[in-house]
Amino acid sequence: MALPKYTETRYRIWHYFYLFICTCVFFFLIAPLFVIFPLSFNAEEFLVFSDGMKRLDPDAFSLRWYKDMIYGTKNPWGLATKNSFIIATFATIGSVILGTVAALGLSSRHMPYKGIIMATLISPMIVPLIISGVAIFFFMAKAGLAATHTGIILAHIVLGTPFVVITVTATLSGFDHSVTRAASSLGSDPVNTFMKITLPLILPGVISGGLFAFVTSFDEVVVVLFLAGLENTTIPIQMWTGLREQLSPTILAVATCLIVLSTLILVTAELLRRRSERIRGINR
Amino acid sequence: MSSETKQILTTDGIPLEVSLKKAEKKNKIKAFLLVAPLLLFLIITYIFPIGEMLFRSVDDRMVTNMLPKTFKAMEKWDGKELPPEEVFEAFYLDYKFLVEEKTFGKLATQLNYEKNGFKSILKKLQRKMKKFEQGNYKEQIMNVHKRWANVEYWRAIKRRAPDITYSKYLKAMDMYENEDGKISQVSEDRRVHRILWLRTLEIAFFVTILCFLMAYPIAHLLATLPMKYSNLLMICVLLPFWTSLLVRTASWMILLQQQGIVNDFFVWIGLVGEENRPEMMYNKTGTYVAMTQILLPFMVLPLYSVMKTISPSLMRAGKSLGGTPFVAFWKVYFPLTIPGIGAGCLLVFILAIGYYITPALVGGASGTLISNQIAFHMKSTLDWSFASAMGLMLLTGVLVIYWIYNKLVGVDNIKLG
Repeated sequence: MALPKYTETRYRIWHYFYLFICTCVFFFLIAPLFVIFPLSFNAEEFLVFSDGMKRLDPDAFSLRWYKDMIYGTKNPWGLATKNSFIIATFATIGSVILGTVAALGLSSRHMPYKGIIMATLISPMIVPLIISGVAIFFFMAKAGLAATHTGIILAHIVLGTPFVVITVTATLSGFDHSVTRAASSLGSDPVNTFMKITLPLILPGVISGGLFAFVTSFDEVVVVLFLAGLENTTIPIQMWTGLREQLSPTILAVATCLIVLSTLILVTAELLRRRSERIRGINR
Repeated sequence: MSSETKQILTTDGIPLEVSLKKAEKKNKIKAFLLVAPLLLFLIITYIFPIGEMLFRSVDDRMVTNMLPKTFKAMEKWDGKELPPEEVFEAFYLDYKFLVEEKTFGKLATQLNYEKNGFKSILKKLQRKMKKFEQGNYKEQIMNVHKRWANVEYWRAIKRRAPDITYSKYLKAMDMYENEDGKISQVSEDRRVHRILWLRTLEIAFFVTILCFLMAYPIAHLLATLPMKYSNLLMICVLLPFWTSLLVRTASWMILLQQQGIVNDFFVWIGLVGEENRPEMMYNKTGTYVAMTQILLPFMVLPLYSVMKTISPSLMRAGKSLGGTPFVAFWKVYFPLTIPGIGAGCLLVFILAIGYYITPALVGGASGTLISNQIAFHMKSTLDWSFASAMGLMLLTGVLVIYWIYNKLVGVDNIKLG
């Protein structure tokens, strides 16, 4: 962003002011995440930087909160982690299957009432979570699925499918349908065509939709608050309880692990997006 | 005769038009069958329960079913003076049945919503009732407590006779139906809900504005920088986007606490004294700061995707035609970004208006929104019909914005990441 030599001084000043503003906003976006790292290694119980930490004294840092997270007595994180992964995995599988199939139908130019159906399928993403939570709770209570894993998984499928529908329809919009016609004309049946031709081509979109569904389920707390019993506690529920009652450094240790996890997911999603763009580029 | 000969036939001898229509219909059904499983799933687990909320919010058969005889006897009562003996007798029989069934507590809760003071007199009646003699129930009930001789309480019971009520909606607007059946406002010190609605709108509006003001410059920078730098900076936007909401709220709780880093910084630069560190959490400030940071990526991404498509040569053309950079920006660049602004603002506003977790954690009493009130009635007071009524009012607002969004942007144009 080098300025041309002939730029007048006032525009030069304005330009540096603009860069300064941008720096501030980027700092505002990203800096809060980095507060958590050092504090999770705090040797003391308080959530402030101790004098020792400011002097970078090695004694002021410790792994005690990570130990507490894993080995602590009566700690709920083990069960919560297990539940979170089980629920998110099944919810992702369900969302991906239902969402991908629906996206295939929606991208067909023969689809009737496309607008209203699309709006309905996306609605769980738009409707405030608290309302979704109340509605789904009424349903699950009636169906006898409150406080069960099944109930929470079904609820998360509802919340996850819009992401899959959006990403897969986006991928399909650049899809060259002549390849499937070619496959059919060579004698392939529709299922075979989908598995061998369509799916490999739209896979990046499917996987990134799946990642969104996974993160949605893994991070979701409002609906689970209504549905979960003691046995179904998840990581977000435990964090919510912890943050409401007492902010302990153990929560920061968990939060650090979650940031590492989300970084991994971000990298995967980014690589997939680029791959998808490359594949579609070749198709054109 | 001539038209038949012109008609083009397929090899099966069917007119092409008919055959084509048939094939199209088949394709339509095929496409619909692919969507059907998800649509059906959502209708059963999601759309239908939302409809049930509507039903719950107006349904008032609970009291009707608990006091069938009373309401039948009350039909003839005009409500001006104390009801006649038959009403008292019917009420005694209904209540006796409820006591035997052990469901009289529910009646007390329901009637107490209508008028305060029912709980205690119903309890007292339940204790005294065992010694009641046959006949002359009016006198015996009135002797239990002086409120039973107050016609207001009997009118309150009668108001619960209809199967359907919109009182929950009135309550959500801080209004009620008074004894004469007129809609009036509750006394000023009890108008809590209207404040919450206004605050929800206010916070959602200003968070949207703040997000817009912050997102516009950085989206512009991301769109104009060379790929290798912008990809790196994009991580600053995407990492918070992918990070757990609770983690981000937790980091704000650490930053904003009284001994936190933000306050340390203010003291260090001398903005505030060590003694009077401002309270930045558990109030509106906390809600504003945390919500703006959390929703910022939702503004940046639509703006970025629109700005990316604007050719830089347009700005150069504007400048070369004699516009100053500011004029060129305002007349050429800015109008082209309006679709992105619309999409981002609507998205952030929709998300902000229904926010629950962050206000509940950092909002305190003055920074909570209508969602928190809904959760409170779902979990604490268990007045589910009231929670449903407020939820549907919120939903109506969101759906209107969603509809506008759909018209302006189109839901199929939502882009993620």
